[in-house]
Amino acid sequence: MGSPFDINGGACVAMVGKDCVAIACDLRLGMQALTISNNFPKIFNYAPSTYLGLTGLATDVNTVSDLFRYKVNMYRLREERHIAPQTLANLVSSSLYEKRFGPFFVSPVLAGINQTTGKPFICGFDSIGCIDFAKDFIVSGTASDQLFGTCEGLWEPDLGPEDLFETISQALLSAVDRDALSGWGAQVYIIEKDKVTQRLLKGRQD
Amino acid sequence: MDKIVAQYSRSAHQNEFYSEQEQQDLTESLPPLSLKFALPPVDNSSAFLRAMTDDHANPSCPIKLAHGTTTLAFRFQGGIIVCTDSRATAGNWIASQTVKKVIPVSRLSRGEDKATNDPTPGLLGTMAGGAADCQYWLRYLSQQCTLHEIRHKRRITVAAASKILANLTYAYKGYGLSMGTMLAGVTPQEGPALYYIDSDGTRLPGNLFCVGSGQTFAYGVLDANYRYDLSEQEALDLGRRAILAAMHRDAYSGGFINCYHVKEEGWVHHGFDDMNPIFWKTKLDRGEFSNVTSEL
Repeated sequence: MGSPFDINGGACVAMVGKDCVAIACDLRLGMQALTISNNFPKIFNYAPSTYLGLTGLATDVNTVSDLFRYKVNMYRLREERHIAPQTLANLVSSSLYEKRFGPFFVSPVLAGINQTTGKPFICGFDSIGCIDFAKDFIVSGTASDQLFGTCEGLWEPDLGPEDLFETISQALLSAVDRDALSGWGAQVYIIEKDKVTQRLLKGRQD
Repeated sequence: MDKIVAQYSRSAHQNEFYSEQEQQDLTESLPPLSLKFALPPVDNSSAFLRAMTDDHANPSCPIKLAHGTTTLAFRFQGGIIVCTDSRATAGNWIASQTVKKVIPVSRLSRGEDKATNDPTPGLLGTMAGGAADCQYWLRYLSQQCTLHEIRHKRRITVAAASKILANLTYAYKGYGLSMGTMLAGVTPQEGPALYYIDSDGTRLPGNLFCVGSGQTFAYGVLDANYRYDLSEQEALDLGRRAILAAMHRDAYSGGFINCYHVKEEGWVHHGFDDMNPIFWKTKLDRGEFSNVTSEL
């Protein structure tokens, strides 16, 4: 059997625009070559403008997303406020490192807007919690090599929400069309300071 | 005395040419199935090759070969339908979405640059497994079939052609060849004939075969809807639908649907069409593939 990261397949990407961020994922859940489901979103919401994408082993995607729902709910009860993207990034990092010698097989991608500063924030992680801060884009999943290529080619600074949607959608769809284990439709979130737009992309169904 | 002289005297250059019998023997003998390829300079080259190239035995093998396919062929009242997908993968990387997995075999006109859509005489072979193995050995088979045609002044039977290929794959058994191929053709001697040949040396005649990583999905559709008395249009549609199902569920199949019809006068090509518009048409017009989400 191959790497646990490649069993179920999936791809995720986040991008920064002007006063906005975007995060997108594919919808496939597979077992090696066999596609089990075409409706397995990998992006989870933790605060009004904070989203976390999880690719990798599907069982760990579920476990980790539920674990953070619990942790973020506890944070909100204690602090009586929503968690900021930067705070969630540190929480994700520490929580993943707690499993340093038996990690979750996930590669998280975080995207959000800090409600106090109003600034966009994205970052990515490896499976044991090393944070990768980026000013442009973050990619993860089985199509990450392809996503690096499409993002390097399509992304430019200071894109508005509509242009950012077009850019992230084209980058994701082009990338997953060259990966056997991801695709089968996609979901895109465009996050502005006080507005989130969710869209479904009809991808190739092969 | 004259008899004895005649026995020992020969005309001047009588032995400088091959006799008629020798000439016939030379032209009729097939080249031997000898191992004339360079092999790795190690003790057990076949085991070494398997370790380096077979990703079932060793997932981290260093040489990733193009794999993953769905191909099908079935006999029906109007001849034989041959359908394939067009994806080539190397590991999880989609190397190409436009592979031609149906290869015309035999006959001098190969049909590649013909202008009309008239039937082209000859056999069809399909390609599953290693792309290079299939292409090379079907080209070799083509050569042998053409030579057969020139020597015997009639087209080779599908049975004979498939046996050339099966003997060949058997000779190379254990050296890591990877191919699952179907040979289809209509000859005066056999009528419509379909054979399955693979790199283990298997050779099977039959009515219906699916080969490749998506074979199970294609068999599912084909077994449910196949009848021998299908009309030509029904048969082509069934072939396409079976490939579509396999492309959808199998990660290593996809791209374009390639369709051929083999009949008495030869084979006819029936399109190389992108699966995506066909998929959405099948889903929206006929209500199939209800598992796929089309709205939030």
